[in-house]
Amino acid sequence: MTNSSAIPQPASKTPLDHKRRALLEPRLLGSPARWIALVLGVIVLLAFFFTASDRWMIVVNYALIAALAALALNVLSGYAGQISLGIAFFMAIGAYTAAFLGGDPPSSPSAPLGLGLSFVIWLPAAGIVAALIGALVGPTALRLKGFYLGIVSLGLVFIGLHLFKNVAAFTAISGGAKGRSFPAPAIDGFSFGQQNDVAFGFALTPHQSYFLLLVPILAVCGLFVANVMRSQAGRAIQAVRDNETAAAIMGVNLFQAKMGAFILSSFLAGIAGALYASYARYVLPDYWDLVLSIQFIAAIIIGGVASVWGSILGAAFVFALPQVIDALSLLPQSSSNQGLHSGDLSAIIYSGLIILFLLFQPSGIVGLLRRGRFEPRFAFRRKGGESASTTNATAS
Amino acid sequence: MADLAQTIFFGLALGCTYALVALGFTIIYKASGVINFAQGEFLLVGVYIVSAGVFEYHLNFFAALVIALVLTALLGVLFERFVLRRMIGRPIFSILMITIGLDILLRTLVTIRIGAQYELPAATPFDIYSGVDIGGVHFGTPQIVTIVVTILSVLGLFIFFRYTRYGLAMRATALDQEAALATGINIRAVYALAWGIAAVIATIGGVLLPLYNGAGSFDITLGTVALAAFPAIILGGADSFVGAVVGGILIGLTSQLFNRYDNFFAPVLGPGVYAVAPYLLMILILLIRPYGLFGARKVERV
Repeated sequence: MTNSSAIPQPASKTPLDHKRRALLEPRLLGSPARWIALVLGVIVLLAFFFTASDRWMIVVNYALIAALAALALNVLSGYAGQISLGIAFFMAIGAYTAAFLGGDPPSSPSAPLGLGLSFVIWLPAAGIVAALIGALVGPTALRLKGFYLGIVSLGLVFIGLHLFKNVAAFTAISGGAKGRSFPAPAIDGFSFGQQNDVAFGFALTPHQSYFLLLVPILAVCGLFVANVMRSQAGRAIQAVRDNETAAAIMGVNLFQAKMGAFILSSFLAGIAGALYASYARYVLPDYWDLVLSIQFIAAIIIGGVASVWGSILGAAFVFALPQVIDALSLLPQSSSNQGLHSGDLSAIIYSGLIILFLLFQPSGIVGLLRRGRFEPRFAFRRKGGESASTTNATAS
Repeated sequence: MADLAQTIFFGLALGCTYALVALGFTIIYKASGVINFAQGEFLLVGVYIVSAGVFEYHLNFFAALVIALVLTALLGVLFERFVLRRMIGRPIFSILMITIGLDILLRTLVTIRIGAQYELPAATPFDIYSGVDIGGVHFGTPQIVTIVVTILSVLGLFIFFRYTRYGLAMRATALDQEAALATGINIRAVYALAWGIAAVIATIGGVLLPLYNGAGSFDITLGTVALAAFPAIILGGADSFVGAVVGGILIGLTSQLFNRYDNFFAPVLGPGVYAVAPYLLMILILLIRPYGLFGARKVERV
């Protein structure tokens, strides 16, 4: 890749050039439509925040956390094209890092370890440790191509489950098969895990507090991923996905690009895992299993591969679906008996949708929304015959 | 010594079922370059149909087996015809994911039918507790049948691929799709055949599988055996039949040996490490040979 400053800039600046450059280098709030979308988004979030019951708040909070993890998977699978079933493993790493650093110091010798550090330390640390583990595993895993990587990452999930359930060094942190409790974020006496009185006699429930914490985190991470993917490094990552050989010919360092995506993905997954565990407050190691990974795969396929909005919409769809079905109380919740249950129904819906979307709309819900919308076409962009990867390369 | 021989015998039998499942993967992979994540659920569906046929409809075991073979083969062919064929030319990521979609769909459908926590009796044409004892080693009928069936299946596949017209067509397609097409080979038939055969092998392997957990029963997690067969195909290299069999047996032996000598490994690796031993072995081997023991190394130069 050449440095962009080396490209000679056109001397004359016709109005068309300005327009084109604005489109080529879209700024976050570069157009009135973006402003309107932002204002509308904020209004919707505020309206939800002030009117929603705790029940729906919980559903949305879990969906927000899931969106972060789906974003993590999308970085690795969507943008970089590396097949991974290992997202649950990296979430677990993040969660247990958070538990070890932030958990209460053990009251009895058998209780799981905890250092009782602040939230400001354990949340970033969860991401950093997961990223380090990613950097450690990456060189081995990324030597493998295609489904080989998928299967090794699947092995990683099982090995992780074994470590956290059975191996003494890890069960000291994870609490073994019994699971353990996780710390709630707290800053200067404001704990997100309990009712908080704020000014003017207005009180925040824990779920409302978490909502206020999660929305900015997701927004920052989403923006970060969108921006990275528009940078030189991001374009290199997507070039690797589209054609490794061609990318290498253009001078992309394949290993660097893949490692970058792998580490960023692990970091985000670690944060998501820590947030999930902290919100759930008590997690069994069995939670971090293959089914979890597969749900995120379903999320990015349904939402939209290689798209930040796709991660969010897909996660909302896959993870809120069982709750919505429950709320409509169409079906019994327990899955111990024969017959159709809400969990089954949502599994059928999302597995069916994986197949249908991949067949007919490979760019997911985001692709559906974009379809029909006015899209400026550039002379250099191919018309028609756009595959999932080429349409999504411009999505953010 | 007898104890070790016993463990190796059990490991061999277990490895044979892994080998059958792995062969299913390999056949599809060689023909169409797709790894079928739903292989385990083909197995579950097959076993469920046999069990339902025998215990609900009071069919003869072999009649039920034939019905199950036909239905699962049909399922494989239909999925190939109506879903995967539209996916030709798409990224491998999408194709893998669509088989994962099928996997969830099939498992959920069976779950609705039998319930998540129910154990169904597995049908069997013989007494699963019978067997012969030689020198303190118990050679159980289920294990012997498994080994024999596996040998027969592998032999059958070998003859099919070596001496029949369609076997030749499949090998040609595996070697070079375009060249095969140019010589007039019906690639669609080859794909359909590959999926049919893979589904049949999965069912055969699956029917044998529940017979040695002692209870002779199964639940909806039966299909996860395919996840244990993944290390087998990776070990062997996904494009090698010999590799699939050797890999399967290696995984079976590893898992049984770790299981038997769990006490020895437990202090360091934790109790129950046999469950993940295949994956550890897989990662170890991939560290040394990234394309498996028998896999063809793809040469790519830039």
